[in-house]
Amino acid sequence: MLRDITIGQYYPADSVIHKLDPRTKLFATLLFVISLFTFRNPVGLGLAAVFMASFIWLSKVPFGYMVKGLRAIVVILIITALFNLFLTPGEPLVKFWIFSISQEGFISAGKMAMRLIFLIIGTSVVTLTTTPNALTDGLEKALRPLNAIKIPVHEIAMMMSIALRFIPILVEETDKIMKAQIARGADFESGNLIKKAKNMVPLLVPLFISAFRRANDLALAMEARCYHGGSGRTKMKPLRYQKRDGIAYMIVIVYFGVMIAVGIWL
Amino acid sequence: MNFIEARKLVHEYIRRDEEGNVESIQTALDHVDIDVKPGEFVAVLGHNGSGKSTFAKHLNVLLVPTEGTLWVDGKDVTEEENLWDIRKNAGMVFQNPDNQIIASVVEEDVGFGPENIGIPTEEILKRVDKSLKSVGMLEYREHSPNKLSGGQKQRVAIAGVMAMEPKCIVLDEPTAMLDPNGRKEVLDAVERLNQEKGVTIILITHYMEEVVRADRVYVMDQGKVVMEGTPREVFSQVDTLKKYRLDVPQITLLAHELRQAGMAVPKGILTRQELVEALCQ
Repeated sequence: MLRDITIGQYYPADSVIHKLDPRTKLFATLLFVISLFTFRNPVGLGLAAVFMASFIWLSKVPFGYMVKGLRAIVVILIITALFNLFLTPGEPLVKFWIFSISQEGFISAGKMAMRLIFLIIGTSVVTLTTTPNALTDGLEKALRPLNAIKIPVHEIAMMMSIALRFIPILVEETDKIMKAQIARGADFESGNLIKKAKNMVPLLVPLFISAFRRANDLALAMEARCYHGGSGRTKMKPLRYQKRDGIAYMIVIVYFGVMIAVGIWL
Repeated sequence: MNFIEARKLVHEYIRRDEEGNVESIQTALDHVDIDVKPGEFVAVLGHNGSGKSTFAKHLNVLLVPTEGTLWVDGKDVTEEENLWDIRKNAGMVFQNPDNQIIASVVEEDVGFGPENIGIPTEEILKRVDKSLKSVGMLEYREHSPNKLSGGQKQRVAIAGVMAMEPKCIVLDEPTAMLDPNGRKEVLDAVERLNQEKGVTIILITHYMEEVVRADRVYVMDQGKVVMEGTPREVFSQVDTLKKYRLDVPQITLLAHELRQAGMAVPKGILTRQELVEALCQ
């Protein structure tokens, strides 16, 4: 399951979406996510689908890559859908024992599921087309005004980019420790939930220790390379808005406006 | 003038209990004198716990001496205001390649050092190009470091240090976690930097084979410098080296055994070629 996390997995390609400024992409994602919760009818859903399909097509990332990201949320998806299906009051369609499925429940379950799927796929386009560093750069610059209220924006962005860098390394390490413990007779499969959780201890303890050791090493290496916080730093790839970013902003705002309008009047 | 000058350098690791009382003192460096001239390739050899890594960390002011003095590039390491200058001029490469690469793309990692010391954007890009080329990793600049081999990762780490244009690179057991191929890759890159760019190299290691390439060798044991000289001088004393639990290179050992068996082989043979020539005379 750990391998299914698509967060921080950059898919290199030469596309318009890849070239957009990360700030543009972050803003667009924000509006897209909000827009998903404005529609109440199939027209809005269709619009969102068309919009999403077009930027997926523009990004040149194989669709399979994004669907992979869905695997991690399958459980949440099913639970949400079931709750909506059974717990929405209304005209019962099917009835057995104490359960009843209403038409409204059916529709709202479908809507909720679609929203979640769109949410994951839509946001994974951003992480797939933006290097984690560009992403954190974008966040850092977009959130710079928060510096005024003493929020250490640079430090937070740096932590995020390091975290993203170490996800695959720690996943690999988890795998290694797991195999080593299985070889010594540890059991990660059987038993109920509580027993399973208890069985994770011999996995988590070495993982944590190693993570701390890595953090210490990395801090030394960063210091050795003159890292001393955000002040006085220059950028290898400074963010500059291009013409295409302006166009993208316009498209996204128009899309958002239409979605709001559809949500209100249809 | 010497680039590095250590005089009676002492470093003690002090372990304290919860109340802050001294529990034990471990002397990692015990009156160490080491000199390195600009452009030299110096190796520091030693068994585990000999203090060689502690010494390396002093060169980058990651540790400060307990006693004695250390000058790096003519600057006293105990003076606070020299800190960034010294770190800029004495770059450091560590053992674990995974734990010293900060970014998720090779070129962004190489750019990290120059970004920190405030180099303008244009210049950073030039330096990244140049330093990736100098370690032969230019075609990997857009790759993710996770997909590289150990030797390649370590070369990226060296490029990251080179991009800061240091006068000296300190390598703290850079090959300890690599396979023989990776080791050769890294050492070839280091040797090239030394010969072509004139970068001073300080190689901390416990592999004897790597030391053969150096101009001079210091052998450390229990925090003291116990031997010093050219690789040839050091390796001609096979018995002394064994006392410090260090193995001499296979070829040197073979030559030594042959000599003891009564054959006319000169002292301090370092390479296979030399042994062949000595035997065929």
